[in-house]
Amino acid sequence: MPLTMKKLAEIFTNKETGLTQGHRMCPGCGAPITVKLALMTAKALGYEPVIGFATGCMEVSSTIYPFTSWSVPYIHNAFENVAATISGVETAYRALKKSGKISADKKYAFFAFGGDGGTYDIGLQSLSGAVERGHKFIYILYDNEGYMNTGNQRSGSTPPGADTTTAPVGKKIPGKVQLKKNIVEIIAGHEYVYAATVAFGEPMDFMSKIEKALSFDGPSFIAALSPCVRYWRVPEDQTVDITKLAIQTKYWPLYEVDRGVYKVTRKPSTFKPVSEFIKTQERFRLLLQRPDAQEIIDEIQHYVDRRWERLLALEEATKDKPIR
Amino acid sequence: MTKVHKEAITGAQAAAYAMKQIEPDVVAAYPITPQTPIVEYFAKYVADGVVKTEMVPVESEHSAMSAVVGAAAAGARAMTATSANGLALMHEIVYITASMRLPVVMPVVNRALSGPINIHCDHSDTMAERDSGWIQLFCEDAQEVYDLTLMAVRLAEHEQVRLPVMVNQDGFIISHGVEPVELLPDEVAKKFVGELKPLYPLLDTEHPVTYGPLDLYDYYFEHKRQQIEAMKNVFKVFPSIAEEFYNITGRRYNFVEPYKMEDAQYVMVALGSTNGTIKYVVDQLREEGKKVGLLKIWMFRPFPKAEIQRLLTGRKAVVVLDRSASFGAEAPLYEAIKSSLYEVASKPLLGSFVYGLGGRDINPELVRFAFEKAMKHELVVDQELYLGLRE
Ligand SMILES: Cc1ncc(C[n+]2csc(CCOP(=O)(O)OP(=O)(O)O)c2C)c(N)n1
Ligand code: SF4
Repeated sequence: MPLTMKKLAEIFTNKETGLTQGHRMCPGCGAPITVKLALMTAKALGYEPVIGFATGCMEVSSTIYPFTSWSVPYIHNAFENVAATISGVETAYRALKKSGKISADKKYAFFAFGGDGGTYDIGLQSLSGAVERGHKFIYILYDNEGYMNTGNQRSGSTPPGADTTTAPVGKKIPGKVQLKKNIVEIIAGHEYVYAATVAFGEPMDFMSKIEKALSFDGPSFIAALSPCVRYWRVPEDQTVDITKLAIQTKYWPLYEVDRGVYKVTRKPSTFKPVSEFIKTQERFRLLLQRPDAQEIIDEIQHYVDRRWERLLALEEATKDKPIR
Repeated sequence: MTKVHKEAITGAQAAAYAMKQIEPDVVAAYPITPQTPIVEYFAKYVADGVVKTEMVPVESEHSAMSAVVGAAAAGARAMTATSANGLALMHEIVYITASMRLPVVMPVVNRALSGPINIHCDHSDTMAERDSGWIQLFCEDAQEVYDLTLMAVRLAEHEQVRLPVMVNQDGFIISHGVEPVELLPDEVAKKFVGELKPLYPLLDTEHPVTYGPLDLYDYYFEHKRQQIEAMKNVFKVFPSIAEEFYNITGRRYNFVEPYKMEDAQYVMVALGSTNGTIKYVVDQLREEGKKVGLLKIWMFRPFPKAEIQRLLTGRKAVVVLDRSASFGAEAPLYEAIKSSLYEVASKPLLGSFVYGLGGRDINPELVRFAFEKAMKHELVVDQELYLGLRE
């Protein structure tokens, strides 16, 4: 029986999810929803989560000393090294288990969480190193498409046309001009890894991918679209719907790459234009006021269409052809 | 006294051999000259199954220290080793290790810090970490590398200390020079080092803890004060560890080593391998009837000020040799000695000599020259002089 939202709700009525009350995240923020869904899935399946967190909005908002919102073991080391830190934790576990210093009965789940800045940019090296070395851990990227902790700066994940403080939409330059870095492809390029995208607007898909990652005998990477209500300027009660819209507009396709084998896990029967996704968010307000707005939107539309076709082609081409 | 065996080995081997006997749970490391042989020797121990350690061949020193932090917080005994730019790349996490009070021991093979790039010995790498909250020990030779590495584990893990330790050895001079080293039998070394008693391990899921929280102006200061106090405890704790070690080996360690100091009027102070050369010159000058002596510093952080004040007060002159510069200020060891002497009853004349940057040779003639300057009363306080520099 696969896990369902109803089942999770039942299990956790009288049980801690791992992330408890009292954190200072904005209401509606996507990050804690992502974290909770992952932790609840792991716990419901009998795993004990041990967590590493990269510096960022969620880290600073959930551990303001002398308080902590974490009822599971948690370590924050620095901004760019959560993957290396958790690889040390996971190695310690293997070493201590081998020498009999800790019991082998317990099922641990080692999680590393990082924002897009800590993942696409400054933390990419340590992430790549840890994945290449094959530590058994689950890296979850909560992707809010910018540096929130430091106040809306651009990241390697910020889409073109979004207004940020370090690549602002100006009279001359229309904000960020580059496309998002394709982080899933980068990580999937490591020969032994399970990589996937998720969005909490599709919780069943989300949970089943976490479940897969937990049982995968190597590193897993999960990219979760996690809107930021402050930066995206969206109403607090809209974050879940916006992730759904991202899926329907091909902006955030749901798929997985399991040791080289691609699978698109949600295939909407009808799609909406990407402009619908863009128009829900004030971060694109300045873009929409520009005379060249349509050009940029067309560029994004073209990109998401091509990427979707490419994903379907990869799914077809890699079918039954795992790397290992 | 314990039965020992003597082997002709390098300083790097001495460090690796001590690590073998310590047998940490986790070693994460990245190669850099002249530290590389340490991790190579250790990796071979792992590959041959001589130790049960899990080795993590990380992709950078930044990740080496990060993984060590993760492993140590998880409750494992964790080690790494590095040099120069590797240490500089770790810098951010070096501070974090100390602030999390993780008892990590790290051999550091001292090398000039770029730029321009230079792979030879000086102390600029470790001096850049002197305020990071790590205990810093300096070795004169491979024997001390072996001995101090074993003692460092006890010191780092002591419940009143719980601070990381760097065991410094001079690049190439010690790390690649071959010397006879007395080695303890494995069981004796293991018994001396003992088992790590992890505090607040992450893997204890029944008692979850949060490491590395956001610590604002309402508590950060108090936490730093705790680190300061833990550092001070080193003065209480180290002598008993050294005493225990003496009982096993007959080799006595302290914060500093006074050499022919009883009646010395002219004293030289230095860190690391140069102390061997200075001892040789002190012996020569003594034969000539000169009242010279040496004060070798084993422990640079915490700085054993009381000991230094006691030993240097009333001397005619003190010559401080530094293997690193502090641009626009006084060289680090000189500065520390000078500030220690501010309060002594009878202040010696002071001289500062910077030498050996980027591996430039230091030899007995240069050491003698510095002593002669002191004996001729030609030292001018705060006038930085250089040994072996072409001007
Ligand atoms: C080495 C280093 N550089 C810069 C910073 C400042 N900094 C902290 S968090 C952050 C951005 C975090 O962005 P992201 O990873 O996207 O997470 P978010 O805050 O959006 O959740 C930056 C630039 C830092 N802590 N360390
Ligand atoms: S600023 Fe954004 S990322 Fe940070 S808590 Fe608020 S909504 Fe979440």
